[in-house]
Amino acid sequence: MTDATIQTARSPRKTSSRTGRIVLRTLLYVFLIAFALFYLMPLFVMLTTSLKSLDEIRTGSLIALPRDITFEAWKTAWSGACSGIRCEGLRPYLLNSLMIAIPGVALSTLFGAMNGYVFAQWKFRGANLLFSLLLFGCFIPFQVVLLPMARVLGILNMAGTIPGLIFVHTVYGLGFTTLFFRNYYVTIPMELVRAAKIDGAGFFRIFWSIFLPLSLPIIVVTVIWQFTQIWNDFLFGVSFSQAGTQPVTVALNNIVNSTTGVKEYNVDMAAAILAALPTLLVYVVAGKYFIRGLTAGSVKG
Amino acid sequence: MTKWLERQVPKMVLAPTFAAILLFVYGFIGWTAWVSLTKSKLMPRYEIEGFQQYTKLFDTPRWDTAMNNLFIFGALFIVISMVLGLLLAIFLDQKIRTEGVIRTIYLYPMALSMIVTGTAWKWILNPGLGVQAMVQGWGFETFTFDWLINPDYAIYTIVLAGVWQSSGFVMALFLAGLRSVDGEIIKAAQVDGIPTPRIYTAIIIPSMAPIFLSAFIVLSHLAIKSFDLVIALTGGGPGYATDLPATYMYAMAFSRGNIGQAASSAMIMMAVVFAIVVPYLYSELRAKHD
Repeated sequence: MTDATIQTARSPRKTSSRTGRIVLRTLLYVFLIAFALFYLMPLFVMLTTSLKSLDEIRTGSLIALPRDITFEAWKTAWSGACSGIRCEGLRPYLLNSLMIAIPGVALSTLFGAMNGYVFAQWKFRGANLLFSLLLFGCFIPFQVVLLPMARVLGILNMAGTIPGLIFVHTVYGLGFTTLFFRNYYVTIPMELVRAAKIDGAGFFRIFWSIFLPLSLPIIVVTVIWQFTQIWNDFLFGVSFSQAGTQPVTVALNNIVNSTTGVKEYNVDMAAAILAALPTLLVYVVAGKYFIRGLTAGSVKG
Repeated sequence: MTKWLERQVPKMVLAPTFAAILLFVYGFIGWTAWVSLTKSKLMPRYEIEGFQQYTKLFDTPRWDTAMNNLFIFGALFIVISMVLGLLLAIFLDQKIRTEGVIRTIYLYPMALSMIVTGTAWKWILNPGLGVQAMVQGWGFETFTFDWLINPDYAIYTIVLAGVWQSSGFVMALFLAGLRSVDGEIIKAAQVDGIPTPRIYTAIIIPSMAPIFLSAFIVLSHLAIKSFDLVIALTGGGPGYATDLPATYMYAMAFSRGNIGQAASSAMIMMAVVFAIVVPYLYSELRAKHD
């Protein structure tokens, strides 16, 4: 480093290339920061809007900071905003989403782990075909199953219920959860299973005492993936719920698009942040695993 | 006997999933395909009548708009997200000191629901109090930015929000790809005095071809399934200006009571997805068996 400085001090050509580099680096940072602002701007606008009064929203600028911070909008969004004819805020729907997501995540992860274990370590004839069928299932546009699922839920007496939504999310989550676990478990050497078998351990015993203890990272990835998917789902939620069992995304959309009364933009924004908080929190706390799930879900194999 | 049972355990473990996939994926696709060939209206009917639903679908101006929108939105969304994602990844790969923070910021929209994204952008883009009003307030009285309510431009607001949500994810994919390129080759090229931009265009980017492909697959898949974003941002409007096949299908199925049209439009959506995904999956699965 010192060598370089001495040299640049002597030769003018080197100096100019060095200023050039500094200019380039500065431009680089300007570009990167500009885009950081682009990605942050909607969050910033949502937050500041939610803290303003309606008067201030009408008279002030979109990106101005709130003059008088008020939490009225948050209170309304939490327990008073109207979704359809019910005016209980977002709270009951946040609860619905939790009641859908927790069993949905648990069930699809459990099945995914067992399936992945079989596909990775207990191959039988036809297993590859089965796995391909499962993989293709990940890619179907869900529109193609909406109509028959609505009928089947009706027949099972689960139309418009929370168990119905848990069921739907579990079934259509299986493809990805199985894929995650399978791809993780293939990296565990077959010899381990063979040795355990010779020692007399069975299918479940091997899973329980060898595979499960190694599985924490992939369980975290899968749980985060499924939770984000189910929490953010709108299509199934809007198709298979009714007043009272709607997940938070559907309720948020209803609140924002309700046509009665004055449009309360601050309440809309507070409600949007409330609906986004759980997945944002997961992202902030466990971003590494979140990204791993995203890339694992896209780069197959 | 117990030996035999022991050997059946893996199959029995898979059985529920297998049954579920067979019924709820392939059986349901079959059901939808069947119904798309009938005259079903409010209730499904099962007498096959031929391809009338499809003929009717392609004669419907609203479906025409939806397919056009899909191609406009899909093409722009995919190209812009990829270009932006690649640029951001390359720039972030220049030993940036605050890389971790910047990466976190770029990627967080991916954790949000499309409904939240749509709600936020709907507010930002609304002409009365959003960006247009803000710039007018700065003294540019004639400034207009009313894409959200302009039938000719509303579809681009969906592109904007979609790119905002997904480009960070593409960036993460490319960044991982850049990091996995063999460092020795790059070092050798640097020693040979090859300028950095040329190293990128001639060595690094070509070696990332598989990542381009998977980014393309994921983005096109997202584009075709886009439903929530349209519902939250424009509701398909103004009029039908921003309808996509997904919103058309939903309207037919749940508000128009036209099951035949819903089924046939869903089948077309699946055909589009499979035209893109099947060759990819096929090559992936084959590559693994070789």
